Amino acid sequence: MLLIPCPWCGPRNQVEFTYGGDATLHRPAPDAPEAAWVDYVYLRDNPCGPHDELWFHGAGCRGWLHVLRDTRTHDILASAPVGEPLSR
Amino acid sequence: MKRYSIFSLLGNALAGRDDWPLAWRNPTPKKNYDVVIIGGGGHGLATAYYLAKEHGIRNVAVLEKGWLGGGNTGRNTTIVRSNYHLDANAHFYEYSLKLWERLSQTLNFNVMYSARGVLNLVHTPADMDAAMRRGNAMRLNGIDATFLTRDEIARRIPNLDCSPTARFPILGGLLQPRGGTVRHDAVAWGYARAADALGVDIMQKCEVTGLRIEGGAVTGVRTTLGDIGAAKIGIAVAGHSSVVAAMAGIKLPIESHVLQAMVSEPIKPVLDTVVTSGAVHFYISQSDKGELVMGGDLDFYNSYAQRGNLPQIEEVVAACTALFPSFGRLRLMRTWGGIMDMTMDGSPIIGKLPVKGLYMTGGWCYGGFKATPASGWTHAWTIANDAPHPLNAAFTLERFAEGRVIDEKGAGPYPWAH
Repeated sequence: MLLIPCPWCGPRNQVEFTYGGDATLHRPAPDAPEAAWVDYVYLRDNPCGPHDELWFHGAGCRGWLHVLRDTRTHDILASAPVGEPLSR
Repeated sequence: MKRYSIFSLLGNALAGRDDWPLAWRNPTPKKNYDVVIIGGGGHGLATAYYLAKEHGIRNVAVLEKGWLGGGNTGRNTTIVRSNYHLDANAHFYEYSLKLWERLSQTLNFNVMYSARGVLNLVHTPADMDAAMRRGNAMRLNGIDATFLTRDEIARRIPNLDCSPTARFPILGGLLQPRGGTVRHDAVAWGYARAADALGVDIMQKCEVTGLRIEGGAVTGVRTTLGDIGAAKIGIAVAGHSSVVAAMAGIKLPIESHVLQAMVSEPIKPVLDTVVTSGAVHFYISQSDKGELVMGGDLDFYNSYAQRGNLPQIEEVVAACTALFPSFGRLRLMRTWGGIMDMTMDGSPIIGKLPVKGLYMTGGWCYGGFKATPASGWTHAWTIANDAPHPLNAAFTLERFAEGRVIDEKGAGPYPWAH
């Protein structure tokens, strides 16, 4: 069971959350070259280790948060509201 | 290779059973090979076997960081089928099923292919439309598909809750009679034994730590047993494609996720077919040992951990007891997880990578086990000819950038949604 530390609600059960995927992606400008869009839409670093990812606390405060989680162990290393730096 | 037959069985029974040779050698790696295959699961071993058998390339090494078939080959729910809608998938998986049908004879190893049928339940009018469309597409592609009514299903599978008051009412089902199950470990062992007999060197506990690349072409691999030279390298590493591709500086359209499966305690025969439900995403069959083997969805977050969490197990068990109320009396005996390389369109990547001499078969999402023979067969063809076979020509890495995705489910670039 993942216990996800929501910055607003504290540690909560994973079933309250929806996964939002890789948080390091940045949407390119509308006129960016096609390669930038292919990279954004399809390609992923998919790290074996710490992964900066988004979660949505749908059954709680309905806020989006960053979670730094180790994909090898599922250990959660840090969390933060979207837009703020991750603090351990 | 000592051929397995009724005569060798009887002979060894009379001789005290001590005349069985080891099924494959345990060689030390040579300095150079024509082809190195990274990954000693079903796909890697099948690739090596077909390279030797079909293309006469026998100076081949298979490098496995753990033990043979210890990854996803030993972690799946053993189901084989070819009930796909899109042409590229249908032709590929149907070729795979045809290889399954005669694989025990091909390898002289009993892989226990059991054509017990795979039944996809239909719960809603929308399910019905989709099943009819897919079933007709399959028949147009020459694949067996039959629609069963609710009453026919109730007669065939008496312990399935087909009543109108069921939590997920059953309206009918799409059956592929030639689908079924295969003994998964036997696939790795059978391919390993047959490849070894053709001269392939299989090295276990040999982890690849890097790729040697000079002037845009591979020249070999760095491993925990030293450097090994090869002008052609095939990657068949199931849940670690991104990790190995990154050694060549290649970023893949893949996310790795954990998928769990589980078995009940073993019981007498109660289920003689494979039953799946798309509405609850659940699949179940009974193993020859008597365990009910079941699985469901991903855990829905990136993972390399080969283990999942309890909420998804609860989902699967809830689906099971809703469909088969009598199974609620059973105890769950074992659960485990495997790492799925989920691509952005739900279809695999089999072909050349943008470094000369580097190839891959991977990104199998949920579907890797049933693809094992055709994956190895097409991967070997691609390596031998430095070009894809028509069966895997659509499954290129470039299809994402070129807008030719093969999105069976129409889910878009959300890998955990496939």
